[in-house]
Amino acid sequence: MAISETGVVQSERRWALAMAVVSVIFLTAILYAAIAQHLSPPSNVELIDPATIHVSGEFAEDNLGTRLEPEGGVVIRLVTTQFSFVPSCVVVPQDAPVTFRVVSPDVIHGIMVVGTNVNTMIVPGYISRVRTRFAEAGEKLMPCHEFCGLGHSQMIAKVRVVPVNEFKPDADGRAHCAEP
Amino acid sequence: MPSLSRLILAHLWTAFAAFGGAIILGLWQMWVRSPFAAPLSSSENYFISVTAHGSAMGYVLTTFFIMGFGYFVAETALKRPVPFPQLAWAAFYAGIAGVVLVVATVISGQATVLFTFYPPLTASPWFYVGLVLVVASSWVWCVLMLVAMGQWKRENPGKSVPLAMFATAANAVLWLWTTIGVAAEIVFVVLPAAFGVTDTVDVGLTRTLFSWTLHAIVYFWLLPAYIAFYTMAPQKAGGRLYSDTMARISFVSFLIYGLPVGLHHLFMDPHPPSGFKTVQMVFTVLVAVPTLLTVFTVCASMETAGRLRGGQGLLGWVGALPWKEPMVLATGLSFSMLWFGGFGGLINMSYGMNAMIHNTSWVTAHFHMIFGGSVVIMYFAIAYEIWPKLTGRKTPSVALQRVQLWSWAIGMMILSLPWHVLGLFGQWRRVAQFDYSDPNIAWWSPWMAASLLGGAILVVSAALFICNIARFHIDDKKLQAETEPMRYAVSLHPGTAAPAALNGFSLWNVLVLVLMTAAYAVPIAHSFVVKPPQAQVHRVNGQ
Ligand SMILES: [Cu+2]
Ligand SMILES: [Cu+2]
Repeated sequence: MAISETGVVQSERRWALAMAVVSVIFLTAILYAAIAQHLSPPSNVELIDPATIHVSGEFAEDNLGTRLEPEGGVVIRLVTTQFSFVPSCVVVPQDAPVTFRVVSPDVIHGIMVVGTNVNTMIVPGYISRVRTRFAEAGEKLMPCHEFCGLGHSQMIAKVRVVPVNEFKPDADGRAHCAEP
Repeated sequence: MPSLSRLILAHLWTAFAAFGGAIILGLWQMWVRSPFAAPLSSSENYFISVTAHGSAMGYVLTTFFIMGFGYFVAETALKRPVPFPQLAWAAFYAGIAGVVLVVATVISGQATVLFTFYPPLTASPWFYVGLVLVVASSWVWCVLMLVAMGQWKRENPGKSVPLAMFATAANAVLWLWTTIGVAAEIVFVVLPAAFGVTDTVDVGLTRTLFSWTLHAIVYFWLLPAYIAFYTMAPQKAGGRLYSDTMARISFVSFLIYGLPVGLHHLFMDPHPPSGFKTVQMVFTVLVAVPTLLTVFTVCASMETAGRLRGGQGLLGWVGALPWKEPMVLATGLSFSMLWFGGFGGLINMSYGMNAMIHNTSWVTAHFHMIFGGSVVIMYFAIAYEIWPKLTGRKTPSVALQRVQLWSWAIGMMILSLPWHVLGLFGQWRRVAQFDYSDPNIAWWSPWMAASLLGGAILVVSAALFICNIARFHIDDKKLQAETEPMRYAVSLHPGTAAPAALNGFSLWNVLVLVLMTAAYAVPIAHSFVVKPPQAQVHRVNGQ
């Protein structure tokens, strides 16, 4: 072979440099997003005792579902449990900021709203929080996406996105899925 | 014939027996999930099957293959007997006992927790004891590899350890580090719960500990493929390894950067601190580097082969390569799947895009492409390469080996491309049956049917693989005796000894310790500082 040892080393140096540049470009893009645009990986260290969720106040049964909070903003509180969502359907206003707050009293679950970037694990002991905005109206699937036991496949809820003028919370700020 | 042929064959046949059973389960799972009615379809059977498929492929196929191949490399690359063969046999039987426990508990429905456990779901304790035995037997293997390398170095002062052995030892070191996380999870949290000593667990802590293992384990599975890329493919192509030093740097980089990255599996978890997710994401970018170096060195090595065979021009050498050689063909197919898999990995790593595909079929597709595709196809090629040495017989039919490798790659593409598409559109994971009457889901049908076809092709290919290696053992007078010793690729400039730092692992172990402390000390300590409320244990066997 014609190539000399220095030739080998040179070609490798060039390639290694090129790859270093590629990695630096990736890193810069991601760190720029993280620092300048505040797009860090999601995290929410907010504790809750799985054993007493139902008497906790925030996640007591009559406080679950969609609520227009007195201080403004729409919050959806959900309990994911083997093997259902409480409630199993939530209504949200289109193109408005909404916050999901989700807990589990038993095992690990996960939720996603299909076709959106709403996605989180639900770890017993912690409150999961996702903030989003639904651009289009319509009904979306919200399945449990993490294995939680033999009934996992049956665990599906729905998100009903309605135009703002059809979003009519009651005096207490609560809104429910109308019967289909 | 290596003196440890029987030991090596025992490991490899255990690996491929588990593989053969698991792939049939995989096909059945695809069938259950498809729009077509499958026999024996029930949630319980499905999750038993998923647990068995994952444990067999992820723990048994890999661990036993890697151990068997490691003993082979230690003997043939170092050209000296492997130390303490009785200990190796004892570890083998311990591992087999572990496999028996795992199979028994899973089949009887006592361990439907999938191969990633998900505490507070808790299986029969014997399931975890079985896995501990498998891991413990692999620790014995790690020690034997390091002892073998150490003895060789003492006998050959000033020389560099042959690359194949250096890489095997790198994998042993990597595995010892990797298993610390899962071992801590099982010993300190899961087993006490399974045996009823405790009845609550800190779920976040178990997830953080498991993430320690979850990424690097993939490199443990992957490194044999890289060993073949560097030390077997160039040899089979009739060329030289372009650079021995670069190869060592790649293996060391896997050891260093493959570990402090596991939190990228928990991007969507609430409990790990955001800053540490970012830190580990940065290391995840860096772990792409050794693969990019490998692409260069292996392509350059193949180019030397192609040119030696008369290939001209910019790309003429590609056509001049001996694609009829199974090892060369498998390397080509593996590289093409590595591109898809690597691209998918970049998406998963970018936490913004990860929110789109976390826990969707995209992820399943990604690791089937990377592991089932790029890696397992190299396990096949390695088997084809070393079986003649292990049995002392020449290959019965190279053509059938080629058919098998092609059908595997094609099957894997047909299986996993539809999963990528469906995952991107939000098909969620780990579901036994879908309701195809739902208009949101109905359009999935043809995609699911296509991937089912891919699964069927894979089963046929796997059956052909088993036949191809079984034929070596059938008493056929026409088979010629294999007389060639095992040869590994020689580097382009073989005279030069590797720098001392690249001839051992002391320095790198220190670096790993520093990086793992930086990456994991706070996320683990975090659980003890914030003291999250514990979750009640849920026994899947209903006790
Ligand atoms: Cu679930
Ligand atoms: Cu990973």
